[in-house]
Amino acid sequence: MKAPPFEYARAASVDEACALLRAHGDDAKLLAGGQSLVPMMAMRLLRPAWLVDINEIAALKSVAVEKDGVRTGACARQVTLERDAALGARVPLLHQALAWVGHVQTRNRGTVGGSLAHADPCAELPLVAQVLEARLQLRADKGARSLSAGEFFLGPMTTALAPEECLEAVHWPAWPEPRVGSAFTEIATRHGDFAMVSAAAQIALDDEGRCLRAALGLGGVGMTPLAFPALTARLVGQRPSETDFAELARAAAAQCEPGDDLHASAAYRRHLAQVLAARVLRSAKQQAERLQ
Amino acid sequence: MSEALYPITVEVNGIARAATVPARLSLVDWLRDALRLTGTHVGCEHGVCGACSILLDGEAVRACLMYAVQADGHRVTTVEGLTAADGSLSVLQDSFCEKHGLQCGYCTPGLLIAAQALLEANPQPSEAQVREAIGGNLCRCTGYQQVVEAVQLAAERLAGSRR
Repeated sequence: MKAPPFEYARAASVDEACALLRAHGDDAKLLAGGQSLVPMMAMRLLRPAWLVDINEIAALKSVAVEKDGVRTGACARQVTLERDAALGARVPLLHQALAWVGHVQTRNRGTVGGSLAHADPCAELPLVAQVLEARLQLRADKGARSLSAGEFFLGPMTTALAPEECLEAVHWPAWPEPRVGSAFTEIATRHGDFAMVSAAAQIALDDEGRCLRAALGLGGVGMTPLAFPALTARLVGQRPSETDFAELARAAAAQCEPGDDLHASAAYRRHLAQVLAARVLRSAKQQAERLQ
Repeated sequence: MSEALYPITVEVNGIARAATVPARLSLVDWLRDALRLTGTHVGCEHGVCGACSILLDGEAVRACLMYAVQADGHRVTTVEGLTAADGSLSVLQDSFCEKHGLQCGYCTPGLLIAAQALLEANPQPSEAQVREAIGGNLCRCTGYQQVVEAVQLAAERLAGSRR
């Protein structure tokens, strides 16, 4: 359980990190919080020749609560977001999800960008990014580009990041409607363990309780976290009932392609997906109803 | 091929410690093997068990999930740093003895660090907050109940001593 040999460079700026990535290409990995990369190296699932440490780059740690959402630097620690009350008020779903991410010790070190770039299909932050259609800002020596979460996640532990690219910041949109409710839940063997299935929902209601906008996502039941925009669009204009949510949850679960493993069968995961989808939709609606 | 060595200076329990380390040396291995601070235990070596918890700049983290080279310029507190200068047990450590918050002792340094970080941030935690704070530390002996009681006792005693 010791990492194979590698060479280490501590980048002082994003420019320097990008230059190092360009110089070493596929042989280099960025080291953010290390809560996934370091165990994978200890298990020798990865053997990068170079680690480029981006933990000391102040510019990557910023958290800005803006009018239309929250902008987090890629190396902002999960605990920093968790403790930020203004962030929790602007993008509540992000705050709700963070309580499910690992444990105190891993959130103290783990980063937002690291979780997204690792792209575990059962991880919480990728699911929130998918549901909220977060935008990810990527930087390389040759320039910058911006991708939606849907474009960024390509498969299990696979993203659109090129070898020479660094995830720089993430914009988590806030919905402008006045009555927005959200909910996050998951089932794991123990709290803080990897989720078998996770679910997130957000619903905006008008004054009469009609749905203006809705989003649902499920984690752990596909190659990437899944969102269901075509299904949730059917709620718009309605006063969604329990029956509507049950139907939507059934349809969403039917679209999932969960895997089988030691912890849970595919059938059980599909069952959880349906139950949890209905649960978060209901909670999100109830939360929106309490807002005037 | 010989591995490259990197110079580091880390403040460990209040003392600046300088060394040269290979990049792949984990922080916990450096603390134990080079500094002989063997109070911090190595359990799973992949971030699951919490036995290697230390305070990094005051926050509890897993020392098996950091390389020693990353700690350069930072401040580390290990379980040895919790005792008074004369080596006597802290209130928290004594409360673990009092409430039988340990049996085999393997997880204890990690639990002490997790509890220390909690009490520094929140001197009067609820039972739920104690359980949340130690949620990343596995213990196979106590069933956690006595650990929770020990942390609560320490909080009471510390509050009493502040009055």
